[in-house]
Amino acid sequence: MADTQLLLGLSFVLFALGLVGVMVRRNALVMLMCMELMLNAVILALVTFSLETATLSGAVLVFLIFVVAAAEIAIAIPIVLQLSRQRSSLDVEGYDRLKG
Amino acid sequence: MKLLTVIVLLPLAGFLLNGLLGRRLGRTFVSVVGCGLPLLAFVATVKAVTLLQATGPDAALLEVAYRWASFGDRSFDVAFYFDRLTAVMTLIITGVGSLIHVYSTGYMKDDPGYARYFAYLNLFLFFMLTLVLGRSLLVCFVGWEGVGLASYLLIGFWFEDPAKAAAGKKAFITNRVGDAGFLLGLFLLYWALGTVNMDEINAAFAAPVAPAVSASLVGVLLFIGATGKSAQIPLHVWLPDAMAGPTPVSALIHAATMVTAGVYLVARLHGIYEHAPEASQVVAVIGVLTAFFAATVALVQTDIKKVLAYSTVSQLGLMFLALGVGAYGVAVFHVYTHAFFKACLFLGAGSVIHALGGEQDIRKMGGLWRRIPLTFGTFAVATAAIAGIPPLAGFFSKDEILWFSLASEHGGSPILWVLGSAASLMTSFYMFRLLWLTFLTPSRMSHETEHHVHESPFSMTGVLIVLAVLSAIGGFFELPHFLEPLLPIPAVLESLERYEHTLVYVAVAVALLGFVAATVMYRGGLARGEALAARFPRLHRLLDGKYYVDELYETVLYRPLHWISDRVFLGLGDRLLIDGSLHGLAALTRRASGRLSRVETGQLQWYVAMAVIGVVGCLVWVWRHG
Repeated sequence: MADTQLLLGLSFVLFALGLVGVMVRRNALVMLMCMELMLNAVILALVTFSLETATLSGAVLVFLIFVVAAAEIAIAIPIVLQLSRQRSSLDVEGYDRLKG
Repeated sequence: MKLLTVIVLLPLAGFLLNGLLGRRLGRTFVSVVGCGLPLLAFVATVKAVTLLQATGPDAALLEVAYRWASFGDRSFDVAFYFDRLTAVMTLIITGVGSLIHVYSTGYMKDDPGYARYFAYLNLFLFFMLTLVLGRSLLVCFVGWEGVGLASYLLIGFWFEDPAKAAAGKKAFITNRVGDAGFLLGLFLLYWALGTVNMDEINAAFAAPVAPAVSASLVGVLLFIGATGKSAQIPLHVWLPDAMAGPTPVSALIHAATMVTAGVYLVARLHGIYEHAPEASQVVAVIGVLTAFFAATVALVQTDIKKVLAYSTVSQLGLMFLALGVGAYGVAVFHVYTHAFFKACLFLGAGSVIHALGGEQDIRKMGGLWRRIPLTFGTFAVATAAIAGIPPLAGFFSKDEILWFSLASEHGGSPILWVLGSAASLMTSFYMFRLLWLTFLTPSRMSHETEHHVHESPFSMTGVLIVLAVLSAIGGFFELPHFLEPLLPIPAVLESLERYEHTLVYVAVAVALLGFVAATVMYRGGLARGEALAARFPRLHRLLDGKYYVDELYETVLYRPLHWISDRVFLGLGDRLLIDGSLHGLAALTRRASGRLSRVETGQLQWYVAMAVIGVVGCLVWVWRHG
């Protein structure tokens, strides 16, 4: 029981770190990494619950999230590359004209 | 074979052929189709009349062409009904109609709208035949509106001229007022009787148990419809303006056929009026007033077609006088004689206008009898006929109208007779005035016009001769007796019976008096007439201004309506209320979204913060309400 609570606590801390990182940091690359952190926190929570309830559906969802995360990174990294090539800066505040 | 349906559809075929193909296939095709199909319709009508005659005096042919609508156990059929009254009307329409088509081939020869003209004319015949042949009031109403449309199209035939287009509009709109009455009467009849078939309506009113509707109310409502179509006071204003159309159109639509539709309607529904003394009285009074006042206006008109137009209004008034005193057959008799001599007069006027290259002012005519003798001869016969000189057609019908206006037990009265006779005297006077000033007095034409004068082609003069012969001998056919099985002749007050012959002499004397007076006044030209006008300038201005009815309507109806439409409906309703609320909503949305769009800053962190706030908000809400 204590393990479960510990793991959930860890998951919460990771998620909070990620969220704060996305909200506070201006560097696009760091923001992406923080988003990955949040995804991992969610995965941790899913696995924990899966163990707790002794079912497999949580573990299956983890694979789904892996796929989504991989797809996301596959799009996000080229965007970051393009940004740095355009202005050699990754400060998202400088790109507010992208709002359209 | 469905003979009656064929009669109606032949002119429609002419309209479609000429309207769709006429311009491509040339004038010969248009003339053959335009005149040939009405002539065929005339032949078919003659065939139908012989069939009818073989079946008996009060029999009728009935033909259901098409089931229009049915709901529950009721249905509306497009059915055609052919009795003696219909027979007379149909013969006039197809007969005189065909003659006028033939005349038009000469009159409209050089007009660029030749095919369009004949298409419209055939369309008119189609609707007019629908009107008189329809068994139900509903079918009749379709024809009623259709002839209004055809009349509008033909009055505004030369629509490039705004005045002529406006005249067409005026005719159409004035008729709408009457049509409202017609429709209300129709609804009331259907509501009370559950049928709109005219023979059944007559039978219902003749039944011992009276229908649950006031015959007078229905009668007056339907008569309002008739005043519109037949140009009676107070809706007569459109007919004089309708002279803007080509002259054969004035002859066919605005003299011989369409304007008599109101007379036909009342005669057809005589069953209602026989049981509605009040409505009959309204009909008689309006009729005689129209006859009288229109005749006074005709005295001073100087446009040859305007004189004839007011004369038509006046003669229609006499027909309604006859209807009002219960002499329905006599009214139809006058419709029949009037169709001949008035068509002849209008076509003669057309021939004069044609000869003078468009001149219509009788002050600039004169001396034409030597130059266009055929036109003069036929015009003179028709003038004598309308004036009531025996033994020409107009004498018989007019004499009978005046006799019944005095002696009928169904509302005859000396006042009606006096006004009717006065109208008759003036008719004789202004018609002979027209004859003197146009044909007989020394010429007042300009040199150029005089050089241009020529007799019309045979297609025109031939028609004039036929119509003149008919106006001369048409009265010998005892139409009221022919129609008596359908349209009863009213009983005569016994105390007056012995005066019948005296009154015939009075009628002849009145006609001759008009002739003599016109001769004395106008034999020498315009001088005496102008001196008389100068003597009574106010009266002359009043008559010349047509009693200022148009001006009155302009002030009383048009201006307030225009003001209300402009200020209240357009300014307040449309601009302020509808436009205002919609524009206001649009402006509100635009301003609100302008404010809201500032949220979109392009700052990712801001977006994330908003998303977090949203998610947290959702979670809190679920927690609270879960």
